[in-house]
Amino acid sequence: MSAQEPTPQAAQQALIDEFAMFDNWMDRYQYIIDMGKQLPSFPEEWKTPEYKIEGCQSNVWMHHARDGERLHFDATSDAAIVSGLIAVLMRIYNDRSPQEVMAAEPSFLEALGLDKHLSPTRSNGLHAMLTRIYEVAQREVA
Amino acid sequence: MTDLATQPRFDTPPLDVAALREEFPILAREVHGKPLVYLDNAATSQTPRRVIAAFEEYYGRYNANIHRGLHTLADEATAAFEGTRETVRSFLNAGDSREIIFTRGTTEAINLVANAWGRANLRPGDEVLVSRMEHHSNIVPWQLLASQLGIVVKVIPVDARGVLDLDAYRGLFSERTRLVAVNHVSNAFGTINPVREMAAIAHEHDALILVDGAQAAPHQAVDVRDLDADFYAFSGHKVYGPTGVGVLYGKAALLEAMPPWQGGGEMIQTVSFEAPTTFAAIPHKFEAGTPAIAEVIALGEALRWIEGVGLEAIGAWEGQLLDAATQRVSRIDGLRLLGTAPHKASVLSFVVDGAHAQDIGLLIDQLGVAIRTGHHCAQPLLAQFGVDATCRASFAAYNTLEEVEVFAAALERVIGMVR
Repeated sequence: MSAQEPTPQAAQQALIDEFAMFDNWMDRYQYIIDMGKQLPSFPEEWKTPEYKIEGCQSNVWMHHARDGERLHFDATSDAAIVSGLIAVLMRIYNDRSPQEVMAAEPSFLEALGLDKHLSPTRSNGLHAMLTRIYEVAQREVA
Repeated sequence: MTDLATQPRFDTPPLDVAALREEFPILAREVHGKPLVYLDNAATSQTPRRVIAAFEEYYGRYNANIHRGLHTLADEATAAFEGTRETVRSFLNAGDSREIIFTRGTTEAINLVANAWGRANLRPGDEVLVSRMEHHSNIVPWQLLASQLGIVVKVIPVDARGVLDLDAYRGLFSERTRLVAVNHVSNAFGTINPVREMAAIAHEHDALILVDGAQAAPHQAVDVRDLDADFYAFSGHKVYGPTGVGVLYGKAALLEAMPPWQGGGEMIQTVSFEAPTTFAAIPHKFEAGTPAIAEVIALGEALRWIEGVGLEAIGAWEGQLLDAATQRVSRIDGLRLLGTAPHKASVLSFVVDGAHAQDIGLLIDQLGVAIRTGHHCAQPLLAQFGVDATCRASFAAYNTLEEVEVFAAALERVIGMVR
């Protein structure tokens, strides 16, 4: 994965461009899965109920910390696609200020086609992870 | 590519699958541009055209509330509804159609027994035996009674193959054991349980037995009198019928002695504020309110369809599909089957090293293959096997050996993507 884009919006656009290179969803899923394989390791001691994200068939944990002006997230899953989705979300939301996070519209999901493929009824945790990210940012802004 | 030399070979299939598939319009559809391979039959089976037509016929010709109506439509609807009761009686080989109660499904049937029979008959300290391989719908109603009435729920253990431990079962009985609640076929693993033998053991101890037949009724002939089941439940949507309807069979003497559960219209004889309200006779005592009339009638159509094809032929064909699938996926590196009982019905449950069930389910869907992933509402069973999710492929009469191969090849492809 290349270096993170300077803004959430730039990251979203980059992802949209990258997804457009594939003409079918099997290849897009492979791309998502490969992104997930490059996630930094997640310390075992953070796998606690506090950091657990419910609403997913797989196990998902998301840890967050304030790093100066920015919010730093770490997350992991025992499933490959969810790990890839974490990588997608990290590229957009990680190491941004809470204000930047709040200003980043989740409409990119639609542009990526992820809303249709990974709807909440498929209990893949994508929406639950997004909700957690916005909640954390909201608390930090307040 | 298919390696023909290692493909299981079979004699003439016990039924004409190609012709049978023609009766299911949904099987012609595509998913993500691929022909649908529907292997989620243990969750819901698809419906043949004549079952769908039963709805059209009902709403197009004789939609009316049943019982007590004097007009023609009400009479026709009542005749079709009550006629289905007779169809179900015959399907289960019950002795009396009054022993057939229509419910919303197996879950409601079990809750009916728990609430009507259980609340009238269970005292604090009384024991109900359930197995570790029960669906949550045959666990939670008894746990609710345990917390509300102080009864004790005891668990029949399961061995490493997914087979009930009958010696342990015998050992669980005490003077306080009142009921055994067990499935005929496990939804998670497909194990066929020896419910006839279990019923005999329960009766030796003066306990009753409730059999959850949701996963058995689609695959094998059920004879409630031969089993000597006190209660037997199954669901419409797993026997090629509609959702929203199911059946509770209960021995007449038991049902007659049970108080009503839900109150309302249909289930009363007379209602008064001045004198005690009196209740209808069975089965109507347990059918408060307007039932799912169209669904019940369509269920009758589904059962007649099954009888036309023949459960023996269906079971034999599904056995071939299961054997073929078991052999085929066993060749996949790192795949572990869960549930290796000698007697199984139509369910292939597995986990794969390095590939989460959720990934497999999502990716294989892209290839048109519908399987189920998750805990299958059997968390205690999966916990014993150290997993919180499995992949489950489950077969019905209309599945083919070609579909087994498409499924297995798709499985190999998606495992390769994830690892």
